[in-house]
Amino acid sequence: MKVITILPYRRVLALTMLFWTCVAAAVIETYEFSDPSLELRYHALSDELRCPKCQNQTIADSNAPIAKDLRFLLHQQLEEGASDAEILDFMVARYGEFVRYRPGLDGRTMVLWYGPLLVTILGLLGLAMHLRGRTQTAPLTAPSEGERAALRAKISDRLQGGGEPR
Amino acid sequence: MPRLKLFLPLGAFFLLGLLLFRGLSLDPTALPSALVGKRFPEFELMGLRSGEPVTRAALVGDPMLVNVWATWCYSCRVEHPFLLDLAERGIKIVGLNYKDDSAKAVAWLDELGDPYAISVADTDGTLGLDMGVYGAPETYVVDARGVVQYRHVGVLDAGVWQSELSAWFGAAAVGEAR
Repeated sequence: MKVITILPYRRVLALTMLFWTCVAAAVIETYEFSDPSLELRYHALSDELRCPKCQNQTIADSNAPIAKDLRFLLHQQLEEGASDAEILDFMVARYGEFVRYRPGLDGRTMVLWYGPLLVTILGLLGLAMHLRGRTQTAPLTAPSEGERAALRAKISDRLQGGGEPR
Repeated sequence: MPRLKLFLPLGAFFLLGLLLFRGLSLDPTALPSALVGKRFPEFELMGLRSGEPVTRAALVGDPMLVNVWATWCYSCRVEHPFLLDLAERGIKIVGLNYKDDSAKAVAWLDELGDPYAISVADTDGTLGLDMGVYGAPETYVVDARGVVQYRHVGVLDAGVWQSELSAWFGAAAVGEAR
């Protein structure tokens, strides 16, 4: 009787990934919420707030002490009934606009918000101009009899009396 | 004209190169504090040694450095001799012992020397939070009116003092700096 069967590769991979995600989630502490809607807002906000220490992570991702503090604070403020705007204002007042992954629209963040749109418009304009230029090349027409004569004269001049070109 | 067009990609490449080259010398961790230009936050905390309450009113009056430190912070040990040096030159330094064990902190100051005119124990990091502290060491320049003027994140040394902080402490302080 065969006791050991070799697991199919895909199943092994799936299992490995399953346990990996468990490890990744284990670094984040859990909070109890009095209301499920608060939990949803907690996840949304902790995914939008940026960790000031580890700059390419949200506070939901990061295990830095400051991210932990901010998550604690976020939970506390949500339970106290603060609105999303109040919480974001609180964070921005302390850590600057930097702390938001979706910064508010002002003079400094204008480029961030409208830059991509501007580049797209410029690209489309460039493309339109390029395509128009291509279709507007003058159509080829057969030279008139006068032009033919002039050309023949020129060529024979060049050939220095070499007679009619073939 | 069509010939010139051929050089467009090269030009674009150089522009991009310049942009990225500039990026090499930028420090992405240099964050201006959200507090710059604002009043130093109100607080009421215990003095590190005295155990007596200390408030914002006790700090302000002269231009000063507010140094955020902790015994768990290795870099704080690195910058500590320079802080002693500054204190000797008459710079007022307020020490904010951030999320630390006060007994350990007092032992550290007894062992290495105490550069702080006033020491405050921010055991829970509440004042740190109001200041937007995200690690230690951090050093804030607070002017005589109690307005935050500058924040330096990381080790404070002679170079940083000379180039970033000394300007707020008058010509004498600049001249004395090595």
